[in-house]
Amino acid sequence: MERLPRSIAATPAEGEQAALGAARREAEATAAARTYFAVTVADTGEAFRCGEHETLLAGMERLGKCGIPVGCRGGGCGVCKVRIESGAFCARAMSREHVSAEEEGAGIVLACRVKPLSDIRLAVLGKMKKKVCA
Amino acid sequence: MATTGVMRPGHIQLRVLDIDESVEFYKNMLGLVETGRDAQGRVYFKAWDERDHNSVILRQADRAGMDLMGFKVKDRATLEQFDKDLQAYGVATERIPAGELLETGERVRFTTPTGHVMELYADKTDVGNGQPYTNPDPWIPAAEHGIAPHRFDHCLLYGPNIEENLKLFTEVLGFHLVERILMEDGEALLATFISCSHKAHDLAFVCHPEPGRLHHLSFLLGSWEQVLRAADIMSMNKVSIDIGPTRHGVTRGTTIYAFDPSGNRFETFCGGYETYPDHQPLTWTFDEVGTGIFYHDRKLNDRFLGVVT
Repeated sequence: MERLPRSIAATPAEGEQAALGAARREAEATAAARTYFAVTVADTGEAFRCGEHETLLAGMERLGKCGIPVGCRGGGCGVCKVRIESGAFCARAMSREHVSAEEEGAGIVLACRVKPLSDIRLAVLGKMKKKVCA
Repeated sequence: MATTGVMRPGHIQLRVLDIDESVEFYKNMLGLVETGRDAQGRVYFKAWDERDHNSVILRQADRAGMDLMGFKVKDRATLEQFDKDLQAYGVATERIPAGELLETGERVRFTTPTGHVMELYADKTDVGNGQPYTNPDPWIPAAEHGIAPHRFDHCLLYGPNIEENLKLFTEVLGFHLVERILMEDGEALLATFISCSHKAHDLAFVCHPEPGRLHHLSFLLGSWEQVLRAADIMSMNKVSIDIGPTRHGVTRGTTIYAFDPSGNRFETFCGGYETYPDHQPLTWTFDEVGTGIFYHDRKLNDRFLGVVT
């Protein structure tokens, strides 16, 4: 589970405030210890820093960068299809309508479902490529 | 208008890539109420204010999108008549037995010219909205859990043959055309917004080469303030937002669009106006399509137009 919904209903009771503070400090420590990698979009030469905790697409968007077309961000629409030319990554399930098992085995993936495990170099394949790279 | 014949959109079955993640999303972020699970592993939900057992059904699959959409008709005699009328019109129908979907009666299934699987049914168990039918309160705690829409309201679907599709829905199923967007030639249809009720739309279609695509399913909120609250909850939970909060020119609704964890687009919206079958349709020309879709941006948005599941 990556996106745990946050409770929005309740205001924490006083006794819970200290625990929340500890949780926040722990989250900040985790963030500080994260590893980041360099992701390069071969088509444009655009490069950005992407954390091991976030997808290639999320890393790009968070820094206001472009190069990979952005669609649904959920592995369903196929717009952010890329070929990983070099580098290691881990991938979550993505729509087989857009990425076959063979393609996935050959490093063709959706950037919204892939997190980096090393520096990455990729080429854009998605159908909205022209609009983003023009 | 008396609501007869087809009354309303009743259910949608969605394909999701990770059922557990999606259940969490629909239950706690969107704020639907889980009402059941079946032997196939499908998970059933309804919006808090809906009375029938289910309106959103999730099925784990290897691709995203919509399996089918169902409409509730007034009674069983109406269901039988529509089955005959569809066949007489040349549309093949199929009977799905009662109980195939939990707490749902027999369904008449057919495929639209746009390539979407649609169903009509007359029966779905009334489980209520959490309030008694005598002396109810206006809302319940579930009305504040997550975004908490009142109901599953409509869908916008993409596919070919939308003129033919419009004829089917208006001539056989009793819908009326509320608004339309024209192509560059000023004649062909780019989009149609149709209603079987007082609502500004119960369904909408956009002309698209690939059949059977889902652009979005939509959930009704009670106010513009709740649209803003929905946007806040989406950002708190790092939900993939498409566009908004903003307003449509078409139907006048205020809206925010986002994607579920499998990339199925959904809308949480408020407003619009009421229609009657004698109202003449509103028309948007191609050069004003940007304004029609997003009234404040007034320009076309590639992602909104091109990204579907």
